[in-house]
Amino acid sequence: MPTILLREMQKDQTGTITAVKVGGELGRRIRDMGIVPGTRITIMGRAPLYDPVAIRIMGGTLTLRNNEADHIQVEIA
Amino acid sequence: MSTAITIALAGNPNAGKTTLFNTLTGARQHVGNYPGVTVEKKEGAYIFPTGEQATIIDLPGTYSLTAYSVEEVVARDYLVQEKPDVVINITDASNLERNLYLSTQFLELGVPMIIALNMIDVAQDRGISLDAEKLSALIKVPVIPIIARSGKGTAELMAAALELAQKKEPWNPLHISYGEDVDLALQTIGQRITDAEFMTDKYTPRWLALKYLEGDSQIREKGRQANPVVDTELQEIVTKVGDHLHKTMETYPEAIIADHRYGYIKSVLRQEVISHKFDIDRLHASDRIDKVLTNRFLGPIIMLAVLLGLYKFTFTYSELPVAWLETFFGWASDTLSVLLPDGHLKSMLISGVIDGMGGVLGFVPLIMFMFFGIAILEDSGYLARVAFMMDRVFRIFGLHGSSVMAYIVSGGIAGGCAVPGVMAARTLRSPRERLATLLTVSFMNCGAKLPVLALLTATFFSNNQAQLMFLLTLLAWAVALTAAKFLRLTVLRGESTPFVMELPPYRFPTFRGLLIHTWERTWQYIKKAGTTILAISILIWAMMTFPGLPESQEQNFTRQRQEIMTVASPQAIAALEKTDTPLSAEALQLKENLTAVDTAQAGSALRHSLAGRIGTSMETISWLPGFDWRTNIALVGGFAAKEVIVSTLGTAYSLGEADDEDNTSLSETLSKDPHWNPVMALALIVFVMFYAPCFVTVVCISKESGSWKWGLFSICFNTVFAFSLATLVYQGGRALGFTG
Repeated sequence: MPTILLREMQKDQTGTITAVKVGGELGRRIRDMGIVPGTRITIMGRAPLYDPVAIRIMGGTLTLRNNEADHIQVEIA
Repeated sequence: MSTAITIALAGNPNAGKTTLFNTLTGARQHVGNYPGVTVEKKEGAYIFPTGEQATIIDLPGTYSLTAYSVEEVVARDYLVQEKPDVVINITDASNLERNLYLSTQFLELGVPMIIALNMIDVAQDRGISLDAEKLSALIKVPVIPIIARSGKGTAELMAAALELAQKKEPWNPLHISYGEDVDLALQTIGQRITDAEFMTDKYTPRWLALKYLEGDSQIREKGRQANPVVDTELQEIVTKVGDHLHKTMETYPEAIIADHRYGYIKSVLRQEVISHKFDIDRLHASDRIDKVLTNRFLGPIIMLAVLLGLYKFTFTYSELPVAWLETFFGWASDTLSVLLPDGHLKSMLISGVIDGMGGVLGFVPLIMFMFFGIAILEDSGYLARVAFMMDRVFRIFGLHGSSVMAYIVSGGIAGGCAVPGVMAARTLRSPRERLATLLTVSFMNCGAKLPVLALLTATFFSNNQAQLMFLLTLLAWAVALTAAKFLRLTVLRGESTPFVMELPPYRFPTFRGLLIHTWERTWQYIKKAGTTILAISILIWAMMTFPGLPESQEQNFTRQRQEIMTVASPQAIAALEKTDTPLSAEALQLKENLTAVDTAQAGSALRHSLAGRIGTSMETISWLPGFDWRTNIALVGGFAAKEVIVSTLGTAYSLGEADDEDNTSLSETLSKDPHWNPVMALALIVFVMFYAPCFVTVVCISKESGSWKWGLFSICFNTVFAFSLATLVYQGGRALGFTG
């Protein structure tokens, strides 16, 4: 079960978040929206310019930029 | 009968809060502002079948209660300070886990609460079954499944709210365990707060301690003001805990708190509250739509087509009602002109009131259609996709994907208004991106500039009007984005902020929701037009009428008229008085001579007036972009509100002609005026698009940025820029030989 950064995930790939390594406002915002360790995450797609990325989490779809996805580690299922 | 109970609606954005609010209150709504900030405060009335009354407050949609943007602060302050009798927490049943994060924070605050499980039908379609009773038993608040759209379950919901309100139970905060380290810190901080009676009049010690550990900037700021010594002490404890957590577990206090909140939610849901019939990641209809609409190649093409479609829709379908209104105002003007004796009153009513109102209200249908189209895009969820697709581009200019909302509302899709646009910028968290957006949204073609642009394009570029209007929209975007980049590289340098955003599932907008949305915005425009514009229209009429011509000049014109009359034959004079018979050549000549004197007199009178003097004095520099004093007067009026530009030009010309019965429209007048030509019209278009925002926008910019400095900055920055660009267009066009 390799652990990779969210940025490196491919479209339609699924995994479980293992760590969110960022504090402050960005960290809080990320967690408010449900991106917390132990949660399943699936890549839904990317914007036309490959950034931001759309993810499926807790039954909803969220978007975040690649440089924000860099703080999120995912264990690939 | 007892006084009305207050019920606050709270919940995540896209959970259906506004739909529920509309279903409950119908037309009994009132939109205001929260004191000090410009977040909309929507209030409505609800009457129970039993006769009791409730005031319903629609709080701004938030994901959390920790201060992140103004919305969260407003929602939280309302709950803590106003203490509503009941909070209805509306949640999206198809996305419950994430939605319960906010609910958990309400529980921690202790407000009397009811959870509305909205869109229970959507959840069922997705194979999600929820046990409302079990959830209610576990978290100890009433849970009512509803479908806000159809109104199903709302009666039960309101009955439960009434019951809870009448119990008048004290607030009962939920205590969640956050693990050893944080719990200990909470205890220490809580004890210190209790001992020092630190802001305990408003908040419970534990809740305050939690906010300190979460690093809540607003609460800290309040703490610093209340008691700087205790604040510093508390902050020291927080820093110590934070350092310890970082060293031992590489994490943050707020991360642990969030994790445990989700842990609490999971532990509740796991107790057979929720069950999924299908795989949770199964593709929904909405995802399949997204596969096309946000597709790498198709997405942008469809987006462009959608925006163009909105144009066509607005311009084509509003034509007929616009024509009706024009006819109506023309008729009103004619009628008054027959009924009233000549004089200042008649002049004021026709040139000030009717022309002023007509110029503004004539465009209401256009604005209504535009807002209806935007409401469809907004309510269907498509606008969020536009932000998603545009973010990479916007970031280049130092902005945020969410800036697109502010730009679009301001007129990125021509016909918005910079005032709500400036307000839409509130969702941007970083002060720099927000300021850059605030200061540049007014470059967009707002609904008030449209009449000016429509008039000038129709008059001078009638063959390519639609294309030119589209090009002007692109130009507005180009200028706004470039200006934003310029600001972000100079006065607003700094890092970019998070783009964590929800893509709500596509939904069919409800017709009622669309109508309310459209009506609200249109009504705002009419209200502004009806009051400010009318007042200014009259003020400008006064400026253009007073001071009148000095006695000597008046006599001069009277003498000229007499001279013409003395040389004319009695037959011709008699023929002029009888309007029903066709005039002889001599009589026609006589009429023309008299009219020429009238026009000359009106012209001198306008030049002599206050407005004329200002306009004339500005000609010393306005010759550069090719504007004469009449245009200058209109542009000065446009600072009050851009709608005024057309009406002032109208007033300037109708006064100048001195002939109220002359029904040639302003457009025809301009096309006949030798001073006007396409190059000058283009220079004026460019100037109107980019010069100082109207004063309402300036006030909003100042309020939103917290300083008049930025309001003033926008006036100067925009005007200097617009003047340079207009000069470039006019002088460049002339140099290339386009004039004439």
